[in-house]
Amino acid sequence: MRAMRALIVNGVRVDDTFAEAFPMRATALIITAGSPEWARQAAVTMTGFATSVIGCGCEAGIDRALGSKETPDGRPGVRVLMFAVSTGELQKQLMGRVGQCVLTSPGAACYAGIDGAGAARLKLGSALRYFGDGWQISKRFGGKHYWRIPVLDGEFLCEAMTGLTKEAVGGGNLLIMGRSGRATLAAAQAAVKAIGRIPDVITPFPGGIARSGSKVGSKYKSVRASTNEPYCPTLKGVVATALDDDIASVLEIVIDGLTPDAVTAAMRAGLTAIIRLGAKRGAVRVGAGNYGGKLGPHHFRLKELLR
Amino acid sequence: MKPLVLNLRERPEQRLDLSPLLPHLLAGKTAADIAGIELQTTRSRVTVGDVFRLRMGDARQIRIEQACDRLDHIGHGMTGGEIVVDGDVGIKAGRLMAGGRLMIHGHAGPWAASGMRDGVIEISGNAGDRLGGPLAGETVGMRGGVVVVRGSAGERAGDRMRRGTVLVEGAAGRWTGCRMIAGTLIVRRKVGALPGYLMRRGTLILGDGADELPPTFIDCGAHDLVLIRLMAAFVNGYSTQLASILRHSLRRLSGDTAVLGKGEIFMR
Repeated sequence: MRAMRALIVNGVRVDDTFAEAFPMRATALIITAGSPEWARQAAVTMTGFATSVIGCGCEAGIDRALGSKETPDGRPGVRVLMFAVSTGELQKQLMGRVGQCVLTSPGAACYAGIDGAGAARLKLGSALRYFGDGWQISKRFGGKHYWRIPVLDGEFLCEAMTGLTKEAVGGGNLLIMGRSGRATLAAAQAAVKAIGRIPDVITPFPGGIARSGSKVGSKYKSVRASTNEPYCPTLKGVVATALDDDIASVLEIVIDGLTPDAVTAAMRAGLTAIIRLGAKRGAVRVGAGNYGGKLGPHHFRLKELLR
Repeated sequence: MKPLVLNLRERPEQRLDLSPLLPHLLAGKTAADIAGIELQTTRSRVTVGDVFRLRMGDARQIRIEQACDRLDHIGHGMTGGEIVVDGDVGIKAGRLMAGGRLMIHGHAGPWAASGMRDGVIEISGNAGDRLGGPLAGETVGMRGGVVVVRGSAGERAGDRMRRGTVLVEGAAGRWTGCRMIAGTLIVRRKVGALPGYLMRRGTLILGDGADELPPTFIDCGAHDLVLIRLMAAFVNGYSTQLASILRHSLRRLSGDTAVLGKGEIFMR
């Protein structure tokens, strides 16, 4: 099945292929709290069960931790990114997740983390204010609009709206292939760590890594996505495999970004980290998932990322 | 940018209406055009040329020199640009202002910032009564923008205020924030009796308390709210003195329960 010619760098074979990605709607939030731990706790809770739009409604994750000088209220915080396939679904997920996971978290406050172009905005505090049952207070100053909702530890302060971008990209990816599960995981973790330093992107799967890379559809009518058997090492002998004889484990990193440039930077950082680790300690081959270029308008070619 | 300068020749014999002297109204006008603009408020005709020595410049920045308290309606309906006044001003400075910056290096008369919608007014001296308040018959006072008073404010500051921020570094008179509908009013020194009288919503922050609080405000305890931190960062851009009072835990009094009761007074 492999017809593509690989480039070999530091012993790692880089497929002559591309990751195919799709336009998404996205927003960003800044969550602050009395300590970095509680800001992170609120963000982790909010972005739980948000690995894939296929089953979770949205993809979400922590972009980066913010120091107290970087947040609106001077407290430690975390920037969270959320991606969905439609504005309506993103609004629904935003309201549910902030309402259940940030409003409820001790000391947390929530602000817009992106301006958004023009009139593209999503309701944040404006949707959650009704929890105040009439005691909520609107406050405008400095060109911003906030809602103050009385809660048991004082007030939940929440910006009324947050920005929405329609330029976001979902589905940038790297397929990391190694001789053993341990070596493949080491390469994937190195890539996730490097991607974590790139702003405006998230890797939404557990620890940034997915072991269940999927294809669209299934033999079962009700299943929208199913295992990507050409990349399953245990099926090498019985399917048209995409794997070489020396590959015993494959892991995938999925990358969502606020812009195509951010995804490019993240994929480059991830690929560079895998190559730097080398074939002896990490992956022996890197590929990317695509649908032949017919479905997604964004194509990220691995070889171009190495230039 | 070289400003357009209007230097007052002498104290005028009648009160003058300076509302035609706005950056957007003077843009593109010649010196002769400007000198011919009428400013009188009585039957005696007075033009700009009669009372001011005019030095042409960019009308986006107007400077009024040697001003006095007979100059009313300065910055009335201003939409952008800047007006700087050296000296005192009369009534209704910055009334219905919708943008730009009005700097008064002196005292301002009553109804400064009345019905203001947006922009910034800074008064280095004192402000008269009814700062930001409505005129008789109007239902809403200040609706947006920021007013900074480096001195003190008179009675009924922020009357029927709907939105915006008023910052007073000195003291304020009786009935500060009376009938407030929303918005924020911060006073560093002590205010007169009955602040927040009949306020429905809105926030009054009193750095030094009041002579007498209305009995219809209910103590809700001392709190360290995130909102106050956020407000401190915003206020710090206009007044470090006022921002300093926001860096403490403040007592919240809820009222005025004689009306809707969803307003609040914060005090130390």
